[in-house]
Amino acid sequence: MAFTGEEETRLAGLMRAALAGDEAAYAEFLKRAAVFVRIVVRRKVGSSSDGEDVVQEALLAIHLKRHTWRTDEPITPWLAAITRYKVIDAFRRRGRRGEVDIEDFEENLEAPSADTGHERDIGRALDSLAPGQRRVVAALTVEGRSVRETAAALGLTENAVRVALHRGLAAIAARFGRT
Amino acid sequence: MKTEDLIHALAADGAVRPVSLARAFAIAGAVAVAYAGLVFAIGYGPRPDVAAAIETVRFPLKVLTVLLFALGMARVAGRLAQPGASLPVGLAAGAVGLLAASVALELFLLPREAWMPALVGTNSLLCLMSIPLLGAGALAASLLALRQGAPTRPALAGAAVGLLSGAVGAVFYAVHCPDDSPLFVVTWYSLALALMTGVGALAGRLALRW
Repeated sequence: MAFTGEEETRLAGLMRAALAGDEAAYAEFLKRAAVFVRIVVRRKVGSSSDGEDVVQEALLAIHLKRHTWRTDEPITPWLAAITRYKVIDAFRRRGRRGEVDIEDFEENLEAPSADTGHERDIGRALDSLAPGQRRVVAALTVEGRSVRETAAALGLTENAVRVALHRGLAAIAARFGRT
Repeated sequence: MKTEDLIHALAADGAVRPVSLARAFAIAGAVAVAYAGLVFAIGYGPRPDVAAAIETVRFPLKVLTVLLFALGMARVAGRLAQPGASLPVGLAAGAVGLLAASVALELFLLPREAWMPALVGTNSLLCLMSIPLLGAGALAASLLALRQGAPTRPALAGAAVGLLSGAVGAVFYAVHCPDDSPLFVVTWYSLALALMTGVGALAGRLALRW
């Protein structure tokens, strides 16, 4: 792996702090984890917008499954294992076998485009959510609002926003797991 | 959606306390033992001569071997819910080694003409049916626990909990079963556990995607 030593220690430290309730540490962890995940994904699928979809699926999985990391073990093997699983899962859903090199089917891949609007895109998956969840998840993602701003804008309590966000994210992940 | 946007939302969701994997497996273990204990109490019970059997070598050895194997597989199964974790197969392998040694000793101790009767035993069909029956609760409970985790090898994880569930069933059945020869155990118990492993692998493939 490209990340050893220092970055491993930093990622593990941030995640430990995050699991103990430090939200700022968690945001920083996710940013750095995204860099790591992107490297693992690109090694498998190349750098197309396709790859970025898988990066997002992997980040969502890392988030929802963060309790499966053993805090006394290195975190990068855990991140890499989840990412590889999501890469293979993405291939499987497209009717291809996983663990293949990009060269083997390069011609069959969709041309990279600025618009990532096919069925795997998380943005598309938003549309499948119940309206209440969709408004909350959209506010916190594409609109970039905070929980407080979202609560104020939608006339909800902050707690209701948090619940809708969590359920919405879990529903998006479940959709990828099924299809 | 941009990746930064997603990260923004994930960070906002970071305060939600994730489920505890240790708790999920502890509950699964309790359900597995409670189910097997109930089925055992209703339909089986210890063999009539259990007090005398404890004084022998073969009966305690048989129970100890399957118990160690069940504990060893429980350790392995828990790790399969955690991506990238190493698999602690030592204890399970030790139990297999213990069985292999018992088989070797049995072959040495018994005259050749006694091998087949010991292997065939008194009721191998009951053994084949009872171990899956006693272990079914463990299989269902441990598959549910695995779903709380993140098994990156669903078929393998399912196979492991199938094997574990067979071992749980075997521990209870061993107390009931009058056949103590390692030749019987290595044949029929293994066959029952292989059956559970296959069922588990299939269930894992179907039910453990995430």
